Amino acid sequence: LTDAIPHHPNPQGKGEKSHGGDFSYVGIDAILEQMRRKAMKQGFELNLMVVGQSGLGKSTLMNTLFKSKVSRNKSVQSNPEERIPKTVEIKSISHDIEEKGVRMKLTVIDTPGFGDQINNENCWQPIMKFINDQYEAYLQEEININRKKRIPDSRVHCCIYFIPPTGHCLRPLDVEFMRRLSKVVNIVPVIAKADTLTLEERDSFKQTIREELRANGIDVYPQKEFDEDAEDRMINDKIREMIPFAVVGSDQEYQVNGKRLLGRKTKWGTIEVENIAHCEFAYLRDLLIRTHMQNIKDITGSIHYETYRVRRLNESNGHVISQTSDHMAVQPKANGQLEEQPGALQANGVAAQHEALSHEM
Amino acid sequence: MASTEIARQAGEGVRAVPLAGHVGFDSMPDQLVNKSVNRGFCFNILCVGETGLGKSTLMDTLFNTKFEGEPTQHNQPGVTLKSNTYELQESNVRLKLTVVNTVGFGDQINKEDSYKSIVEFIDAQFEAYLQEELKIKRTLHSYHDTRIHACLYFIAPTGHSLKSLDLVTMKKLDSKVNIIPIVAKSDAIAKSELAKFKIKITSELVSNGVQIYQFPTDDESVAEINSTMNSHLPFAVVGSTEEVKIGNKMVKARQYPWGTVQVENENHCDFVKLREMLIRVNMEDLREQTHTRHYELYRRCKLEEMGFKDTDPDSKPFSLQETYEAKRNEFMGELQKKEEEMRQMFVQRVKEKEAELKEAEKELHEKFDRLKKLHQDEKKKLEDKKKSLDDEVNTFKQKKTAAELLQNQAQQAGGSTTLKRDKERKNFF
Repeated sequence: LTDAIPHHPNPQGKGEKSHGGDFSYVGIDAILEQMRRKAMKQGFELNLMVVGQSGLGKSTLMNTLFKSKVSRNKSVQSNPEERIPKTVEIKSISHDIEEKGVRMKLTVIDTPGFGDQINNENCWQPIMKFINDQYEAYLQEEININRKKRIPDSRVHCCIYFIPPTGHCLRPLDVEFMRRLSKVVNIVPVIAKADTLTLEERDSFKQTIREELRANGIDVYPQKEFDEDAEDRMINDKIREMIPFAVVGSDQEYQVNGKRLLGRKTKWGTIEVENIAHCEFAYLRDLLIRTHMQNIKDITGSIHYETYRVRRLNESNGHVISQTSDHMAVQPKANGQLEEQPGALQANGVAAQHEALSHEM
Repeated sequence: MASTEIARQAGEGVRAVPLAGHVGFDSMPDQLVNKSVNRGFCFNILCVGETGLGKSTLMDTLFNTKFEGEPTQHNQPGVTLKSNTYELQESNVRLKLTVVNTVGFGDQINKEDSYKSIVEFIDAQFEAYLQEELKIKRTLHSYHDTRIHACLYFIAPTGHSLKSLDLVTMKKLDSKVNIIPIVAKSDAIAKSELAKFKIKITSELVSNGVQIYQFPTDDESVAEINSTMNSHLPFAVVGSTEEVKIGNKMVKARQYPWGTVQVENENHCDFVKLREMLIRVNMEDLREQTHTRHYELYRRCKLEEMGFKDTDPDSKPFSLQETYEAKRNEFMGELQKKEEEMRQMFVQRVKEKEAELKEAEKELHEKFDRLKKLHQDEKKKLEDKKKSLDDEVNTFKQKKTAAELLQNQAQQAGGSTTLKRDKERKNFF
């Protein structure tokens, strides 16, 4: 390879299309504008899944994040018997939203019934299946001979997990779920309805959660192993010190100090959702939408999906293996120590050698 | 036990909802662009044209650098493709530019196969990408894409029409790569002739069904400029890295006794248009067309050729796997067959050599036998001679004994006469 750097000394020539002056300007950086144009024309897709017990404010949070009714609020359902489903359902709603010319197809995937039963064993299975089904659909299209120009992306880019604000520690269900799902999807845990915790309680709760996540080997987003460079690591380290974000959601506006703000009004004061002194909603929004959205999608596509694909293509025989890759015999223990036995679908040694990029099933 | 129920809100479809405030996903294009900037960009240009049409000079002029290399000779036995990769940087954009040159194109007496090495090269790049895409463990996002994004076809400035070599080559390439035809060294043509030349070229391309790259007109922001430029094809270019002082500025130009041709003067040639279209406006579209159209076509044909088929939804990943296995076994079988063949050939050669050696040995034996016989004959002759000699000696001895006996008898009977006679006889012997 030769390094050839364009030289820049001379003034404009006659008849040249001016580009702000530089005679020897080639115009390679115009490709950025071209890419931007193409992206604006194509639009973006984002698929978010919300998981958590009923009543933790999942729908409200989604509506607050996207400042519109993207998620159906179950509390407004008229029929009380319908409120808690008997099984874990997966409900997916898509909306087209647009902001300053940027169009996005947002799909919110709700999981009513999760954690609501008396016996919640394996309630993560339908969710795992759904996530893997989306990978499967993408793979099917990708290996088609006649395939679409743009493969429709229904893969779950991020799963927001709602932790109830107990203030103590993670429940076994939380640990189980996050342990399994963090291997197939980006998980962003949040402390729901954080307005019931004082700042001190919040901090100690967060610390406990972080320790428990570490102790159980649960890698939530942003995963340390996918930091691209030192700059990335610096930014992500700061985020990792703050998760899980303690959030409060609201779609009601109130007058505070002459401004209309989203908040929750109580007798003792109004909680401003977007005020970082009150709760960490703004950090969550910034992470998910304003700064790391592309990164979240990239990790889904180039790591989680690829892991799925490797596993799938390595399956030698032509019989359909159940999508619930959940053949582990695990006994969750209260102290957070878990023994894991590899299931029938463990990716073979080849996949495991791919350092830092593969997850073991 | 929880069971699944997946309910898609099919009835709702995808509604558009208004936003009540600023959400912030308008930063998505920026996030995407930043990611690409970090990764860097790839652009690959193929220059097809006869030796001496100024391909290297044009690349130098376009990218404002001096790429390495000397002018090629005209005596190449066939067409080879020489590819060089350069890292360019402008502000924060890093570009990995690969320039592929056709060496020896149009120099042969028989040019029937000239296009073949070009087509093979383009296909090889597609194949490499396809292989990467089909791998089980792949790294597509860090793959160095070598697929040709743009093919600049250099037309000799004869002023008349396209050469048949040009037509044949472009026809073979138009379904594999984005072709941008350009009239090279266009300062050799007068302006009036140039217009006619361009019209002739365009009509010949159309009548021969050659699909050249059309600058896209579906995006309003560039539709106008692109459609204008489409009508200026093929671009008549002049390349030069030499600078000449015009007025009080230094410009890239070619200086003749009768005037100076300024490269970046749009009245003089279409260089600026080419640069505008190729780099500043449509580079991304060229890359996209290569990937979504040309590569997909190659992939489709290749997979169908290899025996893959789009079967029913249930068995797709498995047919891929099975066909993979089948192909792999076939390949191994072929490999074994080849090995066998080679072994057979080796055995055959050994046999032949053995036979040769045996022949030689036989000859040697024969020679030996002959010589032996010769020797024996000689020996026999000698023995015969010896025998006859012996016989003579014996005869002589006998005669001698007989003579002596006679002499003794004569002596006893006769006297000196016999002696004399004997003496005479003795003297005689």
